[in-house]
Amino acid sequence: MATNPMHQFNVYKIGPEIKINGIDLSFTNASLFMLISGIFISLFLLLGTKDRKIVPGKFQLISEMLYNFISKMISDTAGKKAKPYFSFIFSLFIFVLFCNMVGMLPYSFTVTSHIIVTLAFAMFIFIGVTILGFVIHGFKYLKIFVPSGVPMVLLPIIMIIEIISYLSRPVSLSVRLFANMMAGHTMLKVFGGFVISLGLVAGWLPLTFSVALTGLEILVAFLQAYVFAILTCIYLNDALNLHH
Amino acid sequence: MELEAAKMIGAGLAAIALAGAGVGIGLIFGNYLSGAMRNPSAAQKQFPNLLLGFALAEATGLFGLVVALIILFAF
Repeated sequence: MATNPMHQFNVYKIGPEIKINGIDLSFTNASLFMLISGIFISLFLLLGTKDRKIVPGKFQLISEMLYNFISKMISDTAGKKAKPYFSFIFSLFIFVLFCNMVGMLPYSFTVTSHIIVTLAFAMFIFIGVTILGFVIHGFKYLKIFVPSGVPMVLLPIIMIIEIISYLSRPVSLSVRLFANMMAGHTMLKVFGGFVISLGLVAGWLPLTFSVALTGLEILVAFLQAYVFAILTCIYLNDALNLHH
Repeated sequence: MELEAAKMIGAGLAAIALAGAGVGIGLIFGNYLSGAMRNPSAAQKQFPNLLLGFALAEATGLFGLVVALIILFAF
């Protein structure tokens, strides 16, 4: 079991098999850890907003910091018009963050290390932003593919590149999060395997490295949630404020 | 050539993409540091951009790693 570093990403069923119209909807370990993240988020935010004081306690302080952090990020990158989308971006950020952080606990499962989960997030954002752009600007939204100040000769080529880069947004958004989480966890497992195989004689060397890597992974877990949220803000900015 | 050996070589070749990510991350942090040394008061405001650039540069290398892992484990 411990020899294969990819074993930690196995999805298996917990409890009975549920099938509706041929679609497998069984409760798996992925669903279990999504549920655990959800419970953690609810507990944390409920504790933070339970007794609101002028001098905040620990949980209230952290919740307020998170709120300010996301609120500032949205107003910096997407402007005032993006204020109504605060709750969406906040829940997206905090869910990805908690999934990444719960995955850092030993013997747990990282939900975001599966491309189907991150692709679902990314497609949701991509389709939503595209619909939003067309609803707000109508067909003028197509101007997003025509950057201003480009010579007429180059315009057809630039337009094709812009369309391809627009369409590759969900792919890059999802693969970035998935690849970071999967590569990090695989690396941790590989170094853990070195500790076992080198034994007591030289095993302490990869062990120290593994501790440092865990610190790096916690940083990456936060950073990727942040990048996911900020890129959502940037895409939202493109749809809300069409300036080219 | 045997299929297994070809897979191993292909995965190794795909992992070369990580070299580019290393160069990119080095450039980003190096330039940020030199800029911050010249004008420390402006450094704090550009920190989110630094993290964004870091993540974007790292992701391109990880795409290569994903290709390597797909070759090794998915085919």
